[in-house]
Amino acid sequence: MPLSTSSNFARPDDAFRAIVEAHRGLTEEQSADFDAALVLILANHIGDIDVLRDALVLAKRRMIDGQQQQQQQQ
Amino acid sequence: MAQANTYQAKSQFGYRRHPDQDRPGQSPAEHPVVVVGAGPVGLSLAIDLAQRGQRVVLLDDADRIGEGSRAICFSKRSLEYWDRLGVADRMVEKGVVWSVGRIFHGESQLYQFNLLPEDGHKRPAFINLQQYYAEAYLVDRISDLPAIDLRWRNKVTALEQRNDSVALTIETPEGAYRLHAQYVVACDGARSSLRQMVGADFAGQVFEDQFLIADVKMTAEFPTERWFWFDPPFHAGRSALLHRQPDGVWRIDLQLNRYADPTVEKKPENVRPRIARMLGHDKFEFEWISLYKFQCRRMDRFLHGRVIFAGDSAHQVSPFGARGANSGLEDAENLSWKLDRVLRGTSPASLLESYHVERSLAADENIRESTRSTDFMAPNSHQEARLRKAVLSLAKETEFGKRMVNGGRLSVPCSYDSPLSSPDADAWDAGPRPGCSMLDAPLGQQVYLTDAFRKGGTDFTLLSFSNGAAIDAPDGVKGICIGGEGGLADPSGLVTKRYDAEPGAAYLLRPDGYVAARFRHPTRDAIAVALSRAQGLN
Repeated sequence: MPLSTSSNFARPDDAFRAIVEAHRGLTEEQSADFDAALVLILANHIGDIDVLRDALVLAKRRMIDGQQQQQQQQ
Repeated sequence: MAQANTYQAKSQFGYRRHPDQDRPGQSPAEHPVVVVGAGPVGLSLAIDLAQRGQRVVLLDDADRIGEGSRAICFSKRSLEYWDRLGVADRMVEKGVVWSVGRIFHGESQLYQFNLLPEDGHKRPAFINLQQYYAEAYLVDRISDLPAIDLRWRNKVTALEQRNDSVALTIETPEGAYRLHAQYVVACDGARSSLRQMVGADFAGQVFEDQFLIADVKMTAEFPTERWFWFDPPFHAGRSALLHRQPDGVWRIDLQLNRYADPTVEKKPENVRPRIARMLGHDKFEFEWISLYKFQCRRMDRFLHGRVIFAGDSAHQVSPFGARGANSGLEDAENLSWKLDRVLRGTSPASLLESYHVERSLAADENIRESTRSTDFMAPNSHQEARLRKAVLSLAKETEFGKRMVNGGRLSVPCSYDSPLSSPDADAWDAGPRPGCSMLDAPLGQQVYLTDAFRKGGTDFTLLSFSNGAAIDAPDGVKGICIGGEGGLADPSGLVTKRYDAEPGAAYLLRPDGYVAARFRHPTRDAIAVALSRAQGLN
């Protein structure tokens, strides 16, 4: 898998915090718009379609896990 | 709806009885090839086959050239093909030459692009020309070719596949008759009746948004460029396209919503205010009005026994990208030399399979590109609309955003991953690799490589770069030599550059101008092997 999933930030909390703070004060709608732009900017910076595809798969797995959990709860 | 334009009145052709119709029912006339449908694809294919020495029967169920402008953008590739068919000069002379497009968002320009930024090509990136002119010029060309028997008001109503031929039943104003053909090529359009007769399906995607296409006649100062708007002030929330055609006619394409009532929207009194809002005046006349839902779909197989499908009958795309008529012309160009060889018996019938393989790749690429464009213009979900909004907004300040804005990706020749190509054995840094279309380049003032290629009829051609030693080309292969004694000059050095050539290098070109193989140090044997492969002989 060309996607790096090891921890790449020296201070991961700073990165997480920066993203969280960027969303502060935004409505749900604005947050979603913001995320869309951010995803496109980062995807272009990565500039590698295989890495992007791996990232999409990894992110998509949350949806599948989420669905399974819901089914178990039912 | 559409008002008849003046040109169409001159494009009426009469039905004429043919002796084939007087033959007894049990012994119908036998023909090598029947082409069904006299649109741009069928007409071009018939001319190409006739130039190769085939006798062609061309049938059309109408008796005149189709109504309305329809296809308007003809690509460089199509013009290079039409050059070989002897009609390109007339098309270019009448057509409007363009290469620049602009994309706007709201009131402001996002970016502009140039589809042919370099010099040294005989033909421009595109011309715009009403389809009825293109068809009329092709029909005129056919009158010079006695090998083509063009029969108007001849409608195929039944088709029967036999072991060695296809039996067609043809309806005419004077009743039905039958014909046998070794091969039938169905160029009868998106609603192909031959496709139904062979029982093939035509699967794909229908886009729910509707698009209004209006061709208007007016005096205007817009430049000869393709202008595309996302969310323009005159048509809020939707897209619009403006494109120039000859005779002061302008193509306007407006996206409507999926619930618009076509019969209401098509009425000139309802179209007029929309166009007037766009132009800022209402001093224009309608030439043609049409309302579409676009579809992207293809046949699973382009060969059904002895019936071969080409153009819209085989594959259909949305119009953003000029991939309809142009891909149909590429079908004709790909098929004609193969069918000619098969009819002559110089290649086995299996060569035709490569038509299906190569043109399927092209159809898939065209469908993929035009689907992406249409989806970008008419997002399918709230989230797709959100992503598009982000792209349009990023395009204002970033280069990558501009590149992601999809207002139509315009047709370029497809590269084939083909059984006919011989893979590179040498190292190349540039130049068209096997399976790619040849590139044009200048050979001096007003003379081009594509001219040298088409001279004397297009067959397999060895394009070689002289190193003093003569290359021994196999029999039947035409030679074009660049440089050296008796060779063609390359004064600008562009031929050598575009082909990444050093002295001694050679390219083997197929009759459709595609590269079959290339060699840094060609030998007679290596060329012969590549040639057999490209001819489907092994």
